[in-house]
Amino acid sequence: MENTVLELKFALDTFYFLVSGILVMWMAAGFAMLEAGLVRSKNTTEILTKNVALYAIACTMFLLVGYNIMYVDNAEGGFIPSLGALIGTQAEGADHSLESDFFFQVVFVATAMSIVSGAVAERMKLWSFLIFTVVLTGFIYPLEGYWTWGGGFLSELGFVDFAGSGIVHMAGAAAALAGVILLGARKGKYGKKGEIYPIPGSNLPLATLGTFILWMGWFGFNGGSQLLLSDMENASAIGKIMVNTNAAAGAGAIAALLVCKLQWGKADLTMVLNGALAGLVVITADPASPSPVLSLLLGALGGSLVVFSIVMLDKLKIDDPVGAISVHGVCGILGLLLVPISNADATIVKQLIGIACIFSFVFIASFVTWMIIKKTMGIRVGEEEELNGMDQHDCGVDAYPEFVSMRN
Amino acid sequence: MKMITAIIKPFKLDDVREALSDLGVEGMTVVDVKGFGRQRGHTELYRGAEYQVDFIPKIKLEIATRSENVDRLIEVITSVGSTGKIGDGKIFVYDLEQIVRIRTGELDDEAI
Repeated sequence: MENTVLELKFALDTFYFLVSGILVMWMAAGFAMLEAGLVRSKNTTEILTKNVALYAIACTMFLLVGYNIMYVDNAEGGFIPSLGALIGTQAEGADHSLESDFFFQVVFVATAMSIVSGAVAERMKLWSFLIFTVVLTGFIYPLEGYWTWGGGFLSELGFVDFAGSGIVHMAGAAAALAGVILLGARKGKYGKKGEIYPIPGSNLPLATLGTFILWMGWFGFNGGSQLLLSDMENASAIGKIMVNTNAAAGAGAIAALLVCKLQWGKADLTMVLNGALAGLVVITADPASPSPVLSLLLGALGGSLVVFSIVMLDKLKIDDPVGAISVHGVCGILGLLLVPISNADATIVKQLIGIACIFSFVFIASFVTWMIIKKTMGIRVGEEEELNGMDQHDCGVDAYPEFVSMRN
Repeated sequence: MKMITAIIKPFKLDDVREALSDLGVEGMTVVDVKGFGRQRGHTELYRGAEYQVDFIPKIKLEIATRSENVDRLIEVITSVGSTGKIGDGKIFVYDLEQIVRIRTGELDDEAI
């Protein structure tokens, strides 16, 4: 009888992992739609190609080497993980199947990489981007992920990052920032005297759909990160995580809406979308500890900060078409710093150490990688390709070909 | 024969078309256009930065008609298409040299 119960627990926890993974996988669709909506129509096919290709590459690289680097046969409390291939073997007495664990972890890698594609959109060469994808998803992300989730030195230190505000979101933003700095702003974004020209997105319905898909996928992202479902304690924790995640997203959107109205007198939709995502990124650092009311406050802080951060980065000439660096980077850091408010295990110093280690490593490793790609094959498309749109040059087809002549 | 080109506010199109049909106008060509006149453009806001939209959407009507009908058509377009506010548009009238109906080869007045 007891054996049957244990098997049932194993099955239930495995099932929960797989379903959560499917939800997180769907976030790839969310990023694709958000980015397709916020770029100009002439770059839509290209950004969609990047999104589907990066997901595929992330899954392949993490299967071949990434998971092994991050989780298999590593020293407790170390800095450098062991190098190896494939996902290892099922441990005795594990709570769920090894494959379900791999499946849940692999979709997180894709999320980190999706953050990069939005920030470098509309001017980054397709193939240079894909080569960077191989390096980030196969090596950079697994190495820093090992530090906390794989049992490395940050987990020993007591750095708290429940579902990846830092490990996934800030890391993606750090890689994006390095890319954007080397890449420069889109043509036409800044005038000769430094004046800022907005470049409105081509399809706000898609951007909104993308945000809702991300919001939905986040329930798997945070909820699944509890790792277990099959007893009262874990099941209750998951219920709380879902409520807190949703509350923070809602409060983030409301806060961004109010800030925009107060600041400019208009309800700036794309800022509200970023506000919801900012709330989600903030709560991701620890959705299990705060009360729902505190979650509202944390989300609102994120939703307010993201608006100012986007305007500030614009002024610093860091051109980020979708606001990825502000949403995932700035709000990821905010979320990590707010953890000690509700979680007694975390301290502000340990959080700062974790942030500094992850950010500086991912930023420097990405910067070097981008630099090598820039020196060898270049990272930016030519002026003419940029003006005509990358769809024609890289993909050969427009996303919205309304004026193509029809032949019977 | 004359060609009348009228630039009007987009939401006035249905009213103007109906009024012209009542006058017996049997055909017209309508194009979505953008431009500016004394109304100038307006400012919009995207992600915290304001920007100037210089060209405002308008509708351009093109109607070929007999010369004697021109005044009546102008009168109808002016009265129905007007809101009294800036940006109501303009009417241009040109001489029309020749009209050919492609299906039958009919010419000029027959082809209107």
